Amino acid sequence: MDLKDKLVSSFMAFENNIDIEHPVHDVRTEAMKNFETKGFPSKKDEAWKYTSLNSLQKIDFSIFPKQENALEYKDVKKYFIHDIDTYKIVFVDGVFSSHLSETTHDGVDICLMSSALTKPMYKQIIDVYFNKVASKEESLTTLNTAFSKEGAYIYIPKNKMPKKPVEIIHFATGNEASLMLQPRNLIVVEENAELQVIERHQSLTSNEVLTNSVTEIFAAKSANIDYYKVQNDAATASLIDNTYINQKSKSFVNVHTFSFGGKLTRNNLNFYQNGEYMDSTMKGVTILGEKQHVDHHTLVHHIEPNCESHQDYKGIYGENSTGVFNGKIIVDKIAQKTNAFQKNNNILISDKATINTKPQLEIFADDVKCSHGCTIGQLDEDAMFYLQSRGIPEKEARALLMYAFANNVLESVRIPELKARINKLIAKKLGVNLGFDL
Amino acid sequence: MLKINDLHASVEDKEILKGINLEVNAGEVHAIMGPNGSGKSTLASVIAGKEEFEVTKGNVVLEGEDLEDDSPEERAHKGVFLSFQYPVEIPGVSVTNFMKTAINETRKAKGLEDMPANQMLKLIREKAEMLEIDRKFLSRSLNQGFSGGEKKRNEIFQMAMLEPKLAILDETDSGLDIDALRIVANGVNKLKSKDNAVIVITHYQRLLEYIVPDFVHVLHNGKIVKSGGKELALELEAKGYDWIKNEATV
Repeated sequence: MDLKDKLVSSFMAFENNIDIEHPVHDVRTEAMKNFETKGFPSKKDEAWKYTSLNSLQKIDFSIFPKQENALEYKDVKKYFIHDIDTYKIVFVDGVFSSHLSETTHDGVDICLMSSALTKPMYKQIIDVYFNKVASKEESLTTLNTAFSKEGAYIYIPKNKMPKKPVEIIHFATGNEASLMLQPRNLIVVEENAELQVIERHQSLTSNEVLTNSVTEIFAAKSANIDYYKVQNDAATASLIDNTYINQKSKSFVNVHTFSFGGKLTRNNLNFYQNGEYMDSTMKGVTILGEKQHVDHHTLVHHIEPNCESHQDYKGIYGENSTGVFNGKIIVDKIAQKTNAFQKNNNILISDKATINTKPQLEIFADDVKCSHGCTIGQLDEDAMFYLQSRGIPEKEARALLMYAFANNVLESVRIPELKARINKLIAKKLGVNLGFDL
Repeated sequence: MLKINDLHASVEDKEILKGINLEVNAGEVHAIMGPNGSGKSTLASVIAGKEEFEVTKGNVVLEGEDLEDDSPEERAHKGVFLSFQYPVEIPGVSVTNFMKTAINETRKAKGLEDMPANQMLKLIREKAEMLEIDRKFLSRSLNQGFSGGEKKRNEIFQMAMLEPKLAILDETDSGLDIDALRIVANGVNKLKSKDNAVIVITHYQRLLEYIVPDFVHVLHNGKIVKSGGKELALELEAKGYDWIKNEATV
């Protein structure tokens, strides 16, 4: 049985364990119908031209983990930003781990989707926001919607700011030979409120994992959100990340995506600007080797006038790795005075590495500033000579230059401990010890 | 210390150095002057080991060792230093961290342990003071947003940190105002000793008022066409390069 059939037939089993009378279940049922009709995307779909899900669909993934697994904090500590205090929403094989987590209801709600979807006190929020910005057409998003049950739920009321950043971490323990996870996150940040989130998916063994995640983010007027995605998973772990962001006037939302590992990673990052004078920023550093594959698909939809968007993605591709960057910008006819900037710079450090990069601009307004630029190159030989002439060996010199290349993306990381962690990951990924912490 | 024998070098089949002979002893300062395009910077790059240039004939010998097969970093480890005309910007890597890496890589190549952090800090402070470099400057990204003068001063700071046997200053005076020139020149003079040597590459005589050479060589069309004492620099300043060109063609 292929994966689609298995998912479709599992839906009934899933329904046995949830409240099918709840209004959300109508949403799930609709979504399941859509997935059943469309199935997994194939290379015939323009948006999936360079990323194939074929081999993943042949794997016999467990849809629901059979047993609960406990992890000790000391064994997974290194995956947390443990040198600062954070709220933590942690899942082990898709199941909430209360002893690894630190949730709160103190003025803000940082807790679980399963509570939000079942408890009456959250009903009003769920009615207004759940599945309101996520696509009802895109098949993988609807697949996630159909099975939506667990994930992170964050609600920050007007003028509030949590005392510390929130870490959302999903561990896969490898107790199943192959496991499919479908976390569903809902994040609502009300007027003039602030939030910082760090999200990570981590497989702890070499067993196959496929995560199809959906995150909906709502930034109300003058809200400020920093979202960091750390993707440095095992070579047998694949991630399809579908993130949908709805922004209102004067809000700022920044998403940083650090892609350093995993087997196949697909980031569908979608911004919808429903208001004026706001700013959406998407930045990414991708450093790949082996046979890793990362596909960044971004969308910014400028719906109203006087807004900005900034995209800056840097990629370093070695060995047999492959990368995709597809940046779509839509500027509606009424969205005058839009400033939309997009940059994608890549360095290929192996003859066998590939990058496909494509800007996709659909501009219907006439008074706008839009720029885009893609580059693919090698390291600057003059710069190499400069570093080597100071006694720095070739390998280390290369690493320093690659670090410098990725640096302006790191500059905007506002959590210093996270930045330090990312620097260490980069040094590790580049295989060097430079005698100081990057 | 340095002996260059009949050195020929090309880039993309175009011969730029056409038989250079030069001997530099410890304790000496040599100036290499010449018009634009005469091959001055190429000579500096070839000594430092830039791979873009192919040595087709002759060799560069440092303390009796032919450098032919040495990479730029190996030459650096042996004590060659090149102050660049156009230093490269390295965003995100501070001057201090860059120097730590450079020094410890050089020590590693010599089989030494990393320099202890406190010793490194002391050394950095000492050398920065000597070159009147502000402490804040050291935590800035290497060369990023530096003015012309700051870049050159930073090059000499690196030289001070690495204590090379042979320092080649490629157009270190270009882009410097008179105050910066004086600071840079004073730094070089303080670093000079009987055990090291300096080659100053310059188009103008100006720098040589501060770093006084023992010998002046004139490079023209890939060859040294005239050598003399420091008075030759003054003569060039007064007469320009045309008479040398004419003399060379006769």
